[in-house]
Amino acid sequence: MSTQTLQQPAPPKFGAPVLEASGVVMRFGGLTAVNNVNLTVREGEIMGLIGPNGAGKTTFFNCLTGMYKPTEGEVKFQGAVLPPKPRAVVKAGMARTFQNIRLFGNMTALENVMVGRYCRTNALAFTSIIRGPKYHREEAESRRIAQELLDFVGLGHTSEHLARNLPYGDQRRLEIARALATDPKLILLDEPTAGMNPKETEQAKDLIFRIRDKGLAVVVIEHDMRFIFSLCDRVHCLVRGETLIEGSPHEVQSDHRVIEAYIGQPDEDEEELVAEAHAHDHETPPTAPTAPASPASDLTKEDRA
Amino acid sequence: MTTSPAVPRTKTSVNNPRPSPQWWLALAGAVLLIASAFLSWCYVPALLGDLSIDAFPGGLQILMIIVAVLAIFFLVLRSGRMPSMDTLLDSAKALKALSATAVAFMVLVAIVIALQAPGLANANPGLFVGIVGAALMLAGSWQMASDPLVDPITVRLPGWVEILVIVVMMAIILFGAAYALGQEDGTVFCLFLVFLGGVVAALARGGLFSWISVIAARHRQVLMMGALAVAFLFPFTQNGSDANMSIATQVLIFATTALGLNIVVGLAGLLDLGYIAFLGAGAYVSAMMSHSAFAHIGWKPPFIVVVIIGAIVSSILGLIIGSPTLRVSGDYLAIVTLAFGEIFRLTVNNLDGNNGPRLTNGPNGIPGIPDLEFGAFNFGDTHTVLGIPLGRFANYYFLMLIVAGFIILVFTRLNNSRIGRGWVAIREDEKAAEAMGVNTFGLKLFAFAGGAFLAGMAGTIKAHQDVSVTPDQYIFLESAFLLAAIVLGGMGSVAGVLVGATVLKLLPEKLRFVADYRLLIFGLLLVVMMRFRPEGLVPSRRRALEFHADDQELADRVEEVHLEIAADPDTAEAKA
Repeated sequence: MSTQTLQQPAPPKFGAPVLEASGVVMRFGGLTAVNNVNLTVREGEIMGLIGPNGAGKTTFFNCLTGMYKPTEGEVKFQGAVLPPKPRAVVKAGMARTFQNIRLFGNMTALENVMVGRYCRTNALAFTSIIRGPKYHREEAESRRIAQELLDFVGLGHTSEHLARNLPYGDQRRLEIARALATDPKLILLDEPTAGMNPKETEQAKDLIFRIRDKGLAVVVIEHDMRFIFSLCDRVHCLVRGETLIEGSPHEVQSDHRVIEAYIGQPDEDEEELVAEAHAHDHETPPTAPTAPASPASDLTKEDRA
Repeated sequence: MTTSPAVPRTKTSVNNPRPSPQWWLALAGAVLLIASAFLSWCYVPALLGDLSIDAFPGGLQILMIIVAVLAIFFLVLRSGRMPSMDTLLDSAKALKALSATAVAFMVLVAIVIALQAPGLANANPGLFVGIVGAALMLAGSWQMASDPLVDPITVRLPGWVEILVIVVMMAIILFGAAYALGQEDGTVFCLFLVFLGGVVAALARGGLFSWISVIAARHRQVLMMGALAVAFLFPFTQNGSDANMSIATQVLIFATTALGLNIVVGLAGLLDLGYIAFLGAGAYVSAMMSHSAFAHIGWKPPFIVVVIIGAIVSSILGLIIGSPTLRVSGDYLAIVTLAFGEIFRLTVNNLDGNNGPRLTNGPNGIPGIPDLEFGAFNFGDTHTVLGIPLGRFANYYFLMLIVAGFIILVFTRLNNSRIGRGWVAIREDEKAAEAMGVNTFGLKLFAFAGGAFLAGMAGTIKAHQDVSVTPDQYIFLESAFLLAAIVLGGMGSVAGVLVGATVLKLLPEKLRFVADYRLLIFGLLLVVMMRFRPEGLVPSRRRALEFHADDQELADRVEEVHLEIAADPDTAEAKA
């Protein structure tokens, strides 16, 4: 699958823009968390969103998904301006996962995914109490789709397990399944591999490619540079709430300002990072442990700590 | 009995080579206890329902026979006669609890005799035989060691045996309820509670209930039918006694209202401190549209229309209260509903023609509401069915039973639906639920207004059952008791609320001294519950998990049971 990413993404490869955020500003009192960020995501594209801690990545996500109402700017989804309400955003076709897992722990995996079906089903109180054939059909349909999605993310065997009993990596995948259950056109993943081991990270990458192949656009926040550079078609780097650079992984990873933003000083680290990322592009056995000495991967560990 | 092949049966003969001296001691104690029941305990016939007759066990003595027979049953288990049963029940723990109950019970009887007879000189030898028997049981069982148990979910009995267990349990509940209600004497009732608590604790410690809960989960339908049958048969055990049926009907009305509130509190997770006002709204609508001479609304539609109007008026009030407050966090709702309860009370106190329209007669309320009449069936009359007279209260009891059944249906069906999943999601993480497309505000408002609707419905019947409707029936304290019933019984659980409502309503009715101190007692009870069992007496599986977020053992256990039930072909069919 890493060969797929080696092709330089030619712009016509992607379809029409799904998400167009223009001039998004988010202020909390005197603090400007997100300042004039523009982001366009096209159909079938995997967009990476990187930046040091506190760069405003998650805040930006919250602006996109209606959790926050941007102070300025607008977010267009498939050409229409989205109302700043999470429910309307989901209904329009944009789903998200959370940086710190927010599953419904005391529900089973299947039930979690079925909650994701909520906005695509419409059994109301009366229907639920009377339970005619239509209700049963809809319920069975939700159940079937949920089970398929669990199979899709590789959790089919755990459908009746409590979400809180699942291992960490599985919980992250369950969150993705739950988001996919809302039938999105665009999925926003907030650090989908945080806390995963290299093998799980590799599986997550594979999963994201498969999601893309279903025709969805994907936006990923990650700190793991290898992951981002080998996954994404384009990468958008935020620093202190402002766009630093947006471009192909190659452009971004060779931009000295990105490394500066992460590390603080432009010296030989830059070359190392670039060299390391290149090496990774050529081959990385899925089970290989993360190479220790690279500044980028060290950085990710610190960031998480 | 068949156990799954995965569980080795190791202990049949290993742990029980020969009954030990302790075993014989406990057996002797149990036999003595039974013997004592056939002797006179006391000279005074008026005391404790007459324990003065030899060879004819009175009420309290029969309780001790039950304890002793249970003890002998567990002793037989220990001797290794029924190996598969032995691995299911922890006989040592059960015996300890049973013996402790017997000792406590006998000592209490002795104290009552000493205080009320008065003087221990009035005690007969039977009492002391009983005390010695109980003490021997305790001495024998004290040192008994528990055996390892098999997990009840791995045990599969034939389906009919499991159903039989449920039926027997239901029969015991029916019999116990009839017996408890029949106790006029407060002291005897107290002692009965001691007995009941002790036996329930013993069986719980013995692991019987964890087994029964597995069976119940397998046969949910049978359990529901059984419970309904018990509730339906109850009036037939009362032989036309209006006093008891009046209490039973009040308990049922209370429980029905609490069930409605449980949709709001237990399912949607909203704290509603003014729920009684919705019941009151229904009751006032019903009263004002009744044929009472004091009713000021001229339109007298058929009762079924009144029920619908009362329910709709209540739910409109719910919408008015809920729509502004449910948008903000939960605490505000509690405050606003508290205020709403007071507003309701003050409003009906003042709609007497002096300060507004003449509707409610102010503090005097609307008295003289006639009994309901469906065709030729008048709810005030006594009807004889199968030779058993069923009086006025029994009629209302049956009507309330239908309403309760309806609310339970609404409750369970909503709970297991798209809406129920939405509610759980809201309770667990409202932000995440919203971000997954759940209409959080709409679902909360629906729960609130729906709960009000059901309360209004129950209120319309309550007005006729109570004959009069006055503002002081619908005060904050009643809302607090409804909430206490839910907290005590178990949020989000039908059985729990029924238990909680029964305890809270029955105790003050049967025990006058509880009625005097009921605020103090319930306050203490709630504090104790919050500390030791926050999920309530009979919690729903999900609520128990929510209250014990750190309890990995519980989570594993719940999951195990769930997987077992999900894998079960019988229940899988029922689910589909």
